[in-house]
Amino acid sequence: MATPLRREDVAKVAKLARLSLSEAELDEFTAQLAQVLEHANDIAALDLEGVVATAHPFGLINVVRDDVLCASLSRDDVLSMAPDAQDGRFAVPRIMGEAP
Amino acid sequence: MRTALDIARDVRSGATTAESEMVTSLTAIRARNEELNVFLFVDEEGALDAARRVDERVTSGDDAGVLAGVPIALKDNLCTTGVPTTAGSKILKGWLPPYSATVVHRVLGAGAVPMGKTNMDEFAMGSSTETSAYGPTRNPLDVDRVPGGSSGGSASAVAGDMTPLSLGSDTGGSIRQPAALCGLVGVKPTYGLVSRYGLIAFASSLDQIGPFAKNVADAAALLEVIAGHDPMDSTSLPEPAPSLLLHVNDGVAGKRVGLVRELYDGADDEVVAEVERAASALRDAGATIVELSVPELHLGLSAYYLIAPAEASSNLARYDGVRYGLRVDAEDVAAMNEATRTAGFGAEVKRRIMLGTYALSAGYYDAYYGQALKVRTQLIDAFRRAYLEADLLLGATAPSVAFAIGEKTADPMAMYLSDVFTIPTNLAGDAAISVPFGTGQLGLPIGVQLLGPGRSEAQLFAAARVLELADGRS
Repeated sequence: MATPLRREDVAKVAKLARLSLSEAELDEFTAQLAQVLEHANDIAALDLEGVVATAHPFGLINVVRDDVLCASLSRDDVLSMAPDAQDGRFAVPRIMGEAP
Repeated sequence: MRTALDIARDVRSGATTAESEMVTSLTAIRARNEELNVFLFVDEEGALDAARRVDERVTSGDDAGVLAGVPIALKDNLCTTGVPTTAGSKILKGWLPPYSATVVHRVLGAGAVPMGKTNMDEFAMGSSTETSAYGPTRNPLDVDRVPGGSSGGSASAVAGDMTPLSLGSDTGGSIRQPAALCGLVGVKPTYGLVSRYGLIAFASSLDQIGPFAKNVADAAALLEVIAGHDPMDSTSLPEPAPSLLLHVNDGVAGKRVGLVRELYDGADDEVVAEVERAASALRDAGATIVELSVPELHLGLSAYYLIAPAEASSNLARYDGVRYGLRVDAEDVAAMNEATRTAGFGAEVKRRIMLGTYALSAGYYDAYYGQALKVRTQLIDAFRRAYLEADLLLGATAPSVAFAIGEKTADPMAMYLSDVFTIPTNLAGDAAISVPFGTGQLGLPIGVQLLGPGRSEAQLFAAARVLELADGRS
């Protein structure tokens, strides 16, 4: 059985998921998510030793196509929907900090 | 409103034109869309263009298709080239997809006329269409009530006589539950029967696209059009579309129908009464009713609310303000990602992303996500055993008739319970159909659910047709 969800757990997953929460949201989400996880304790508590996990209903194996060139989306079409693009590439704000 | 198959017949024979059917649909949409908030975008230009192409095919003697001139509504998570597609989210506001979903190509190929994009719970996360960033959709049968969700706009389009057909997507009940609440036929096809290419992903191992219609034959015709292998979806089943319309009147004589206690336990009395009446109707039509208990079904809800958010947290990582959709500027990339996602996602989507991130995180993976995947195996085995004793299963679709707008928005767990009877089919990858059967005390429709193993759609339509006739619907 997992330990009850704490406010700091929610703050941590929000950070991992790149979401910023207000103090009030943190309280509200902690209460709501704790309720869902409490319901999920019915399965967390089961002894399922030896049961094989199913990630996909039909146990698919990799499906690959023949290695033949075919048309794909044009670069201009794709970049036309980008928030910012430069010289045929997606543009983003700086990634690294300023040099010391 | 005339059925889809009647319209197609008349368009093909020249008794009417696709353009005039399109105008009829457009007039109906204009009359009620402001009140009901069904369409997020009405594609007048595209619809007129598609209708004229169908009429040209008819005039030139070419095959105009089985859905010739039939107006259809598309859920707003189905990508359509150059047509705004938002998945009900602010984060995709203004996005114009550079490609169309395979199902969009298929309905166009069959002569159907897409009228526009319908409202939905944000990224299909919800059971009432109230989590849409663009406001709730109202149930055309009672405007103070929800149409169900997440495909509530697509359900309301058909229930409100705007289009005879629509497409939705069903991850945990998002077609069947709104079909039940709006008095429609709604189908969750076998996983892989319909290509997911161009469907904006929520939980990829559970998502399936399927039809809404007013009657069984129209739903079968539409599913037949969209089903079949697609090389663009690696989870697509290898075979071509099955023959469905041909089997609609096959009946249920000699079939064993399992009445499953866990699929109606806890539903309102008036819903249980209709499930029992449906069992009698199937018995009268020559089926044998077998009473079954499948206790593992009780674990479906918990497993689903770990697996679906886990997959969603991964699928929605792509909305980072880099390649498409909203960007909220900030001084560096990490801050831009966070500001974009914080502004772009609504509360329900944030809840599910955090739940999924938590279930997958170090220290909790085994207790939650890992256990849920094992429960999924147990559920599949339990269904397999049930299908040794019965050809089809019968239960309720939703625990109650349509509930009031705002009734469950403050209590996520109460909302999640709306899908308790529909979720197990998604986890198993099987097929199920909701068919209207009777009404409750308030005169609102009740849906009963028929479930079958993978690839059992023809049998499900035949059984649904028996119920449709028994309920006095031609």
